[in-house]
Amino acid sequence: MGRESTSSWPLIDRIGLGLAWAAGLLLCLVASAIVIYMLVRGVQFLRPGLLFSHPQPELDQTKSGGFLDPLLGTFILTVLGTTLAILPGVSIAVWLSEYARPFWLARAVESGVEVVAGTPSIVLAIFGLIIFSQHLFAPFSFTAEGGAVFGRSFFAAGAMMALIALPLIVGATREALQAIPRHVREASYALGKTKAATIRRVLLPTARPGIATGTALGMGRIAGDTAIVVILLGASLQLSSQGSGPILSTLRGTGSTLTSYVYNNSPAGEGNAPEKAYAAAFVLLLIVITLNFAVDLISRRRSAPAWNT
Amino acid sequence: MEHLIPPIRRIVVDAEPTVVVPPEGAPAHDGGNGIALDRLPAAPRRRFRRDDAPGRERMRIEDLSIKYGGRPAVTNVTLPVRQGEVLGLIGPSGCGKTTLLRSLNRLVELTPTATRTGRITIDGEDIDAVEVTRLRRRVSMVFQQPNPFPMSIFDNVAYALREQGSRKPNRHDLEPAVIDALERAGLHAEVQATLSHPALRLSGGQQQRLCIARALAARPEVLLLDEPCSALDPRSTEKIEQLIMRLRDEVAVVIVTHNLQQAHRVADRVGFMYLGELVEYGSVDQIFAAPQEQRTRDYVSGAFG
Amino acid sequence: MTTKVAQPSPGLLDSLWETVSKPWTDKRAELVLGALACSVLVLIAGMVIFVFVKAWPSFSHNGLSWFGSGGNVDQQLDDIFNSTKTGHGYDYHLRAWPLLWGTILTTMGAVVLGLAVALFAAVFIVEFAPDWLRRVLDPVVRLLAAVPSVIYGLIGILVIVPFVGNHLISAGRKESVAYVVQLTGASLIVAVLILTVMITPIMLAIIVDALRSVPRGWTEGAAALGVNRWRVMWTISVRAARPAIVAAAVLATARALGEAIMLSMVSGSIGFAPNPLDGITFFFEPTRPLAATIVDRADALSAPPLGQTLYAFAAVLLVSAMFLSLAGWLAKQPLKKYGAGA
Repeated sequence: MGRESTSSWPLIDRIGLGLAWAAGLLLCLVASAIVIYMLVRGVQFLRPGLLFSHPQPELDQTKSGGFLDPLLGTFILTVLGTTLAILPGVSIAVWLSEYARPFWLARAVESGVEVVAGTPSIVLAIFGLIIFSQHLFAPFSFTAEGGAVFGRSFFAAGAMMALIALPLIVGATREALQAIPRHVREASYALGKTKAATIRRVLLPTARPGIATGTALGMGRIAGDTAIVVILLGASLQLSSQGSGPILSTLRGTGSTLTSYVYNNSPAGEGNAPEKAYAAAFVLLLIVITLNFAVDLISRRRSAPAWNT
Repeated sequence: MEHLIPPIRRIVVDAEPTVVVPPEGAPAHDGGNGIALDRLPAAPRRRFRRDDAPGRERMRIEDLSIKYGGRPAVTNVTLPVRQGEVLGLIGPSGCGKTTLLRSLNRLVELTPTATRTGRITIDGEDIDAVEVTRLRRRVSMVFQQPNPFPMSIFDNVAYALREQGSRKPNRHDLEPAVIDALERAGLHAEVQATLSHPALRLSGGQQQRLCIARALAARPEVLLLDEPCSALDPRSTEKIEQLIMRLRDEVAVVIVTHNLQQAHRVADRVGFMYLGELVEYGSVDQIFAAPQEQRTRDYVSGAFG
Repeated sequence: MTTKVAQPSPGLLDSLWETVSKPWTDKRAELVLGALACSVLVLIAGMVIFVFVKAWPSFSHNGLSWFGSGGNVDQQLDDIFNSTKTGHGYDYHLRAWPLLWGTILTTMGAVVLGLAVALFAAVFIVEFAPDWLRRVLDPVVRLLAAVPSVIYGLIGILVIVPFVGNHLISAGRKESVAYVVQLTGASLIVAVLILTVMITPIMLAIIVDALRSVPRGWTEGAAALGVNRWRVMWTISVRAARPAIVAAAVLATARALGEAIMLSMVSGSIGFAPNPLDGITFFFEPTRPLAATIVDRADALSAPPLGQTLYAFAAVLLVSAMFLSLAGWLAKQPLKKYGAGA
C-alpha cells in the first residue's frame, strides 16, 4: 500500500516542508546547546562546599563564600509565595467554576485573572514596592529611623510572588473542576448535600492532582523569577533578619535568592565571579527542571480518570 | 480478467434474472419467490433493464482485503465500477462498506494501522501507481456529515481547483468552473446571489449539495458517496437522490447506504456486504426481488439489520 | 472566649466563630468566595491607580513630549537623579523615545521571528515529524519554556555577547559609529534572538493545540479532494487556527514586553535608539528597553524624582499589557464570521 510521497509536490511546498523540518530541528539544537553548556559549566564550577557556605561580602568573590543563603532564600520565597497563593487561587477557581453569578462579574474576574497573568513581573514588583512602602504595611518590613518604610522583605516579595503563581493555580484548578462530570455533582445534591459541602467533600479532593499541578507550576515560575527579587528583596547577600521571633524576623528581613545571586555575580551586577554564577545557575536549573518533572508526574497519574467505568 | 472472478460471482453477474421485471407503470405483484414487489414503491424513472449492456468499466476491485491492525474489515472482494450506473453498497453497520469505499480513493491510507492486499485499478492502471493527489481528483468523495470548509461558498467549490500547482488561478478564471459545478449539483439557482457568503450558513441539505458540487468541480471520473443523506431531512434526501440519478451518465457513482429503500430507488447495481465479505452482487431488481443467497434474502426482507 | 477589655466585644467574636465553624450554607459560601474573586478586580484597580499616582509627576512635567525624542536619555535620567541635590526642586525633564523605540524593536522583532518559527515548528510537530522526533520535541519545548530568564541572560552575557563583540563586529564597523556609541556586542540582535527563544515555546504550545483541534471532517475532506498534505495543513488547519495564532502572538508580546532581567543583561545598557538607516550596523547597536531600564536603575526607586520617572515607565508597561489583552480579543472577532472557531 503506497503512502503519499513528497516528490510530486510543487517546489514551493517542498521548500515549506524543508522550513518546517528546519524549525523543529532548530528547537532541538537550541535546547540541547543550553542544557549541555549549563551542564558542562555547572560540573566545572559547582563544588559541594558552595551549597553549604554563606556568601562572604569580600571583594574577591572568586575565592570566598558559597550560596547557602541564596539557596535558602529561594526555598523560603517559593514556599511563602505558594502558600499565600493557594487559598485565594483555589477559592477563585471554585467560584468561577461552580458559582459564577452574576455572569458579567464572572467574565470580569476571568479577565482579571488573565490580566494578572499577563502583567510583567517587573510591574508587579513596582506595585509591591509602592504598597509595602506605605506605613500601613510597616510591620512587614524594615523601618528606618526617620519613619521611611523600607518596603523590601521576604513578605513583600512573597506577596508579589503569590500573584505570579495565582493565575497558574486558578487555571489548573478550574480545569480539574471542569473535568469532573456533572452527574457527580448531581448525585451529591440528590443525597441532600449542600453545594458548599459538595465542593468541600467531593469536588476539591477529586481536583487535588489539578491543584497540585498548578502549585508545582507556580513554584517553578516563582523559583525562576528575578525581577521581583531584585526590586523587593533588598540586596543583602546574606539573610538579614529584622525584629524578633524566629520565623517572622526572617520573613521581615531581606536576603537574596539564587536568581538574584546569579544576576549579581554576572557582569551585569557588581559581580566579577562568573564561576559562582554558573554554579548557582546550574543548581537553579536543576531545581526548576525537577519541579517541572514533578508536574509531569502528577498530570500523568491524573490522566486515568476514574469516572469512565 | 474474467478468470479472476470466482465462479459463483460470475453466475450472479452474468445470469439471466429468474424474475420477470414488470414493465414501467404496471401494477406490482408478487415476483414469484415470496417477496411482494409492492412493498417497495415503484419509482417513475428509467430503470436499468436486464438487457442493457454494462457501461464502460472505470474501476475494478480485485480480491481486495483490508485489515485494521490484524482485524479484518474487508475480505476478498471483487467488484467492477462502471460508468453510467450507480453502484449501491448495502449491508448492516460495520461490515466493511465504508472501508471498501475509502479504499477506492486511497483514503484508507490515512489510518496508520490499515493494511491492504489485492488490487484496485482505474482505467486499467493500478491505483498505487497513480500519484495519490491526482487519483483523488479523479475519484472524488462526499462524506456522511456535510463538511463544508469555513470559507465562502465560492471558495469551497473552487478549493480543489486552486490548490493544484504553484500558480493559483484567479477568481475570474475559476468562475466558469465553479458555476458549472454548482449547476450540476443543482445548487446554483439557490446560491447564485450569495456566492461570497459563508458556506456554514447554508442548511444541512444545501451544505451536502455544496459538498457534492465541491467534489464535482475537478471533473472526477468516479464519485463516491458515503451515506450522503443519513444526516438530512426527507426533502433534502429526495433532492440529492434525483441529483445522483442525473449525474449517473457523466460519472460512475458508488453509494454506500444503510437505507434499503434508498438503495432500491437510486442504485442500478447492488453489492451486499456482510462481515467484510461481498455476499452477493447483481442488478438492483435481482438483489431485491430474487436474491440468490440466503443471507441476502434475510437482510433484504428485514430479518436483521 | 476571653473577657479582656482590649478585645472587640465578645459578642462579635462569638458570632464570628460561629459563622466559621457551622457547616457553611450555600449563600455564605457564595458570598465569601465571590468576595475573594472580586479581590482580583480590586487588586488590578489598585495597581493601576497606585502606579499612575506615583508616576503622575513625570508625565505632568513633560506632557506628551514625554514620548518624544530629544537629547541623551541616559543623561536626562542622571540629571533627574542628581536634581535631589540641587535646591531648585526636582527635575523631571525626559524624552523617553529611545527607550520606547528599543522596546518596540526588541518586542516586535522577537514576536515576528518567534511566530514564524513557532508556526513552522507546530506544523512540523502536528503533521510531518516522525514519531520518535515528535516524542523528543515535547520535553524539548517544555524545557525551553521552563528555563528561568536569568539563565538565558547569563549565557547571553557570558557567551553570546563576547562572541558577537569579538567575532561578528569588525573593527571597521566599530570605528564607523565610535563617535556616537560603542559597539560591544551587547546589542539589538542578541536581545531579539534570545528573546525569540524565550517566547517561542508559549506560541508553539498554543498553536499545536489549535492545529490538533481542527475537526477531522475538514482535513479529511480536503485530502479527499486531492490536495497534498502540506496544502491541507496550511489552507485548512492553519487557517482554522487563526484565532489561536493571534492569541499566541498577543500572549508572546505581553511576555516580551515585560522581560526585564534578560534584556538588561544583553541588550547593552545604553539608552540608545538604533538607527535603521545604519544598515547592518543597526543590528549591532545597543539599546535598552523600558523594563530593562527599570531594573538597571532599581536602587533609585525610593528617591522621588527618578523613582517617579521609573514608575512612569512601569505605568507605560502596565497600560500596554492591558491594551494587548483588548487588542487580542478584538482581533479574534472578525475571524468568527466564517466559523473559524472561538
